[in-house]
Amino acid sequence: MIEVCNITKRYGHLTAIDRVTFRVEKGEVLAFLGPNGAGKTTTMRILTSFIPATEGTAQVAGFDCAEQPEEVKKRIGYLPETPPVYQELTVAEYLGFVGKLRGLSGTSLTQALDRVTERLSLGSVRQRLIANLSRGYRQRVGLAQALIHDPPVLILDEPTVGLDPKQIIEIRELIKSLAGSHSVILSTHILPEATAVCQRVVIINGGRIVAEDTPDQLSARLRKSEKISVTLKAPPVNVAERFRDVPGVEHVLTTADPHTVLIECALGRDIREDVARFAVGQNWGLLEMKPVSMTLEDVFLKLTQREDEVPKSNDTTVGEQP
Amino acid sequence: MPPVQAIIAKELRSYFVSPIVYVVGGVFLLTFGFLAYLYIVFTGAQAIQLMQMQGGTAQINLNDLVFRNLFASMRFVLLLILPILTMRLLAEERKLRTFEFLMTAPIRVSEIIVGKFISVYLVFLGMLLLTTLVPLTLALFSDFDWYPVLTGYLGLLLLGGFFLAVGLFASSITENQIVAAFTSFGLLLMCWLLAGLGSLLGDTPAGQVVSYLSFMEHYDHLVRGLIDTKDLMYYVSGTVLMLFLAHRIVDASRWK
Repeated sequence: MIEVCNITKRYGHLTAIDRVTFRVEKGEVLAFLGPNGAGKTTTMRILTSFIPATEGTAQVAGFDCAEQPEEVKKRIGYLPETPPVYQELTVAEYLGFVGKLRGLSGTSLTQALDRVTERLSLGSVRQRLIANLSRGYRQRVGLAQALIHDPPVLILDEPTVGLDPKQIIEIRELIKSLAGSHSVILSTHILPEATAVCQRVVIINGGRIVAEDTPDQLSARLRKSEKISVTLKAPPVNVAERFRDVPGVEHVLTTADPHTVLIECALGRDIREDVARFAVGQNWGLLEMKPVSMTLEDVFLKLTQREDEVPKSNDTTVGEQP
Repeated sequence: MPPVQAIIAKELRSYFVSPIVYVVGGVFLLTFGFLAYLYIVFTGAQAIQLMQMQGGTAQINLNDLVFRNLFASMRFVLLLILPILTMRLLAEERKLRTFEFLMTAPIRVSEIIVGKFISVYLVFLGMLLLTTLVPLTLALFSDFDWYPVLTGYLGLLLLGGFFLAVGLFASSITENQIVAAFTSFGLLLMCWLLAGLGSLLGDTPAGQVVSYLSFMEHYDHLVRGLIDTKDLMYYVSGTVLMLFLAHRIVDASRWK
C-alpha cells in the first residue's frame, strides 16, 4: 500500500532523511519510532505529497507522491503534529468543511460526520467552538478530520500526544480497530505505544532507518544471548560457579538479591529444562524461573545510541551505516 | 459542493465570527458616510454663497462637488482598510499550522487562492453595497447624473479587487499578519506614488509607462465617467497577476 524507496530529503546542507526505504502492506499498522528530530515528520510530509523528496520515490496505493499528488491526497488521511483545526469554527462546522473539501456532500457527508463523531466520542462537543476545547479534544477532532473520508491509508504524526491515559487507550484501541481495513503509519517516541498497537516497528534516528521488524523480533535480535532469571530458596554460597556445570551455560551473574541469579546461554538455545533439573537435583529449592527479554525501550535506546552495533536483518530494512 | 465553494463558505464564516469584518466594515462605512456628509454640507454652503451673490437659484453640480471628491477620497480609505481584511487569509493558515492540512487536502493551490479571494471580495462587495445608501438618499432630494456615479462604483469595484489581490499576495509571503498588512500598505503606496514619478517624468515614453503602472490615472478616468478598456484591462490584469504571484509563492513554499 505504501512503498518508500531510497528517499532522501536535504534542506540546504542539512540532510533530514537519508536513503529511507520501507513498505507497508494493506491493513498493516506500522510504527515510526525515533527521537525528536529523527526525520519522522519529514518522511510523513513526503508521503502526504506536502513536500517533495530530494531523491528517491515514494508511492501510496500505486500512485507516486511527487508525480500524482492529487491521487495520493485523495487516498490519505493525515494528522499532522499540531491538529490542523480552525479555532473559530465549531466541531461540526469544521468537520463539515473537511468533508466538503474531501468531496463529500448531502447524506454521505452527514453519515460520515455521524460516523466519526461516534467513533471518537465527540458527540458532546459537536456544537462547541474548537477554541474552547481542551488539547485532548482538539487532538481527537484532528483524528476525526483524518478519518472522515474513510481513507485506505492513514498517516498519523504522534496521535496520542497531549491525551490523558484513558484517552490514549481509547485512541490506541481505535487505531487497532483500523488495522486490517486500513494501512496506518504512526510516528511516536513513546515505546509502549509501538508495541501496543503496531505489527511492525521502524526505528529511525538521525534520518536513517536503524532497524525494522516486529516488536518481538527486534527484542530478540538485540539480545546477544538468552537470559534466564532463576530464584532459589536455598542457594549455596558458590551458586554461580556450580551452575557453570550445566551444559550450555556461558555466564552466571549474581544479582542484588542473593536468592536470584541470571544465567546466560548462547542465542537460540533453550537450557531451561537442564537448569531446572540441575537445581532440583541439588535440592536448592527452585522457586521461580523465567526468561528475561529486553523491553522495546531497551531496544530503542540501544539502537539509537549505538547504531553501529545493530545487526542487519535479512529482509528489506536497514539504512547503510556510515 | 466543489472544494472552492467549501473554502468560500468557511472563509466567510471565519470573517463573520471574528470581529474583523465588523470593525473594518464599521470604520469603512463611517468614513464613507462622514466624507459624504462633509462634501454635501460644503456643497450646500457653496450653493448658499452662490445664491447670495447671483440671487435666485444657482446650478449646483452634485457629481462634481460631491461624488468626484468622495470617490477620490475613497481610494485612500480602501488602501488603509483592505489590507486589514486580507492580512489573515494565508498568514494565519501558516501560523496555526492549518496550511499543511490545506496543502494535503485534495484541492489545488489555485482553488485555495481563488476561494480565498472570492470570499474577501464578497465581504468587500457587502460593504460597498451598504454605501449605496448615500447616492440613493441624495437621489430623493436632488438631481444628479447617475452615469458617473455608476462608473465611480465600477472604479471602486476594480480598485478594491486589485487592492485585495495585492493583500492576498502579501499574506502569502509571511506567517505574521502585521507584516502582511504592512507589506500590502507598502506595495500599494509605492504603486500610488508611481503616479507622482510619472508626472515628474512628463510626457516621455518612460513617464507614460510609469503613469500607466499606477492605479491613480485609471481610477480617475472611471470616476470622471470614462470607461476605457485600457483601464479595465489594467485592473483585471493587475489582479490576476497578483493572484498568480500568490499562487506561485504558496506552491513554492513546499520546496523550501
